[in-house]
Amino acid sequence: MTIRVFFTGGRFRRFFFAFAVSLLLSFLIGSPARAAELLTFDGLYKSNTVLGLKFADRTLALKGQVVRLRGYMAPPLKPESNFFVLTREPVAICPFCSSDGEWPVDIVVVYASKTVIPTNFSERIEAEGLLEVGSFIDPKTGFVSQLRIRDAVFHTTN
Amino acid sequence: MRVVPRLVSPFAALLATMLALPAGAQTIYPINRAEILAGSHFDLKVEFPGLVDAAALKLEINGKDVAAVLGRSAELIEKEDGKDASSLILRSASIAKPGSYTVTASDGSNSKSVTWNVYATSAKPAAKNVILFIGDGFSTGHRTAARILSRGIEDGKFIGKLAMDTMPYMALLTTQGTDSIITDSANAAHAYTTGHKSCVNALGVYCSRAANTLDHPKVETITEIAKRQGLAVGAVTNSEIEDATPASMAAHTRRRSDFNDIVKMFYDSKIDVLMGGGSPNFLPKSTPGSKRTDDVDYIEQFKSAGYSFATTKSEMIQEADTAKTTKLLGLYNTSNIDGALDLKFLKKGSVSKFPDQPDVVEEMRAAIKILSRNKKGFVLMVESARIDKYAHSMDAERSIYDVIMLDNAVKAAQDWAKANGNNTMILVTADHSHPVSVIGTVNDNVVADEMRNKVGTYQEAGFPDYQRNDEGYPVSVDVPRRLRFVFGATPDYYDTFKPFLDGEFVPAIKNADGTMVANEKYKDIPGAVLRVGNLPNKGPSAANQGVHSGDDVILTAMGPGAERVHGQMENSDLFRIMAEALSLAPQGKSGVKK
Repeated sequence: MTIRVFFTGGRFRRFFFAFAVSLLLSFLIGSPARAAELLTFDGLYKSNTVLGLKFADRTLALKGQVVRLRGYMAPPLKPESNFFVLTREPVAICPFCSSDGEWPVDIVVVYASKTVIPTNFSERIEAEGLLEVGSFIDPKTGFVSQLRIRDAVFHTTN
Repeated sequence: MRVVPRLVSPFAALLATMLALPAGAQTIYPINRAEILAGSHFDLKVEFPGLVDAAALKLEINGKDVAAVLGRSAELIEKEDGKDASSLILRSASIAKPGSYTVTASDGSNSKSVTWNVYATSAKPAAKNVILFIGDGFSTGHRTAARILSRGIEDGKFIGKLAMDTMPYMALLTTQGTDSIITDSANAAHAYTTGHKSCVNALGVYCSRAANTLDHPKVETITEIAKRQGLAVGAVTNSEIEDATPASMAAHTRRRSDFNDIVKMFYDSKIDVLMGGGSPNFLPKSTPGSKRTDDVDYIEQFKSAGYSFATTKSEMIQEADTAKTTKLLGLYNTSNIDGALDLKFLKKGSVSKFPDQPDVVEEMRAAIKILSRNKKGFVLMVESARIDKYAHSMDAERSIYDVIMLDNAVKAAQDWAKANGNNTMILVTADHSHPVSVIGTVNDNVVADEMRNKVGTYQEAGFPDYQRNDEGYPVSVDVPRRLRFVFGATPDYYDTFKPFLDGEFVPAIKNADGTMVANEKYKDIPGAVLRVGNLPNKGPSAANQGVHSGDDVILTAMGPGAERVHGQMENSDLFRIMAEALSLAPQGKSGVKK
């Protein structure tokens, strides 16, 4: 399994080491080492209708807790930001998106704990952080989101 | 369509406009050679290059002070948007009397003139109703491809004509705008619904220097004008309803992506029938899945204003069949409604999530049923939107199936018009083209190492194997000998020589360093080869999809008033054809509005 961690700053190596150790531990001793629940895009909502989405009970129950979610990083809206959009499919699946209004409805916004260095947008990543639920307008970009992962770290997955 | 906004920077466009003028000249909107329907409303704006002395300003029309002609004076904005440049603005002006009007603006040292042609229409309408079909991005190659797939050929002749082929009048429309030789769907549809030329991304406005997208000088849409005459108006599409083409029926914004504002503009316009996808912009922000930034529930607003509301095909049919329904809002998907290939055959896209979506034909039938309850007549725009979207994603078969769907809607409209008094003008056109062509076939039965050597050209192309159903769709899209439909302007992509049975093609994806690269997802499909693209792959114009072409589009027409369609015409002339047919400025009836 290849793991790459994308961070700026001098703590990269230390973080990578800690991360690798935690992964190794989780591999060796099983799930208790990895407390964060792995969510899926499909499982975030119990219904998706013309009249809106309904959060799944599990999504609501995990509000404020550390969760993991796998998806694709959309090209950042602003450079030098700690904010990016996580999508179910690579963002070009929505090739005509030119503004936030045109994104798929089931996107999740990730506020990383550090400035984001973009990954390859066709590579799947896993983000881990605190789940936040409810409508929120990003003050810098005006981007509207319903679900966010805060204080997040992320890495590519195979 | 939903694309290209970033291909032409508005700033570059504005700069180009400024450079084309003599140094220090002012800009006047509406622009030179504007064709203005008598009695229609427009904003008159003069932009001066610097600050002006109010006492030295002069704004005249045909040598008279503007107030003598338009009934009011223009307001001086001393420092527009806080910058060292002044403007004059006169909102919602109108001119009742047809003729040539020369507008001259002077700041005391520099003078600039433009001339408008104000036209009226005959006193009596030739047509009671107008149905305007727009195949978004529907190009000549598409039309040929759809005819091959849905009609077939025998003895060198097509076995049958498309419904649109049977219409007697035809013209070539040119689609260029005020900023560029290449247009987008906003500017292109705006030309049809207002009769004015504008620029990429703009709807119902001229592209001025105003900072706020909603502050640009407005021109009226056919919805506003026809509603004033007592006609019912509708717009149905399989894109999101706030997307550019349907939005052109009601919107006034410099930026087509002002979707939340566009929903409000639809509401304010009192358009009678509105159907498509794109519900999130109608939901208050407190509802999960909303894309609004306020708490206005537009579905409730429309309902309170007397609209019936449908979220599925079944509900739509039920509402349309109810005799008292005269207004309908139908939202059938959170995004675009699925195209015909997914909706009717492959069941991919969002069909599993939204299993009861109407197609464009069914939407149109319901719309006509409702609008025809207005005894004075109606104007209906019908858009097959995904011809363009699938042409952008270089998904040939999905695009062609949606041309067949467009043609089926045309057939249904022709049948309705024939059974209902033969007083409906039907126009079928595109808003812009794509660089697409039918170049032959691909034949799996040819033995060759590489897929390209299975491509048949000239006599080797022969005829493809499609078998049609009653609706004119090939029952199988993946036949051994199939159409080879090519795209002339592309990003890097993997050419698979096959239809995409698992879902819409995604040709290219942005890389981590911002470069558009071929989508690796298709790399391992047997026979797939990398095609290095010919469009920019870096920088602000980087393309992850096909782009529009500046080729002319075909306008086909029938019914009373359609005889005006001939030769080469500007796209903005189509508005006048509709205005003349419906007599939207009957001579002697319009008055100067204050």
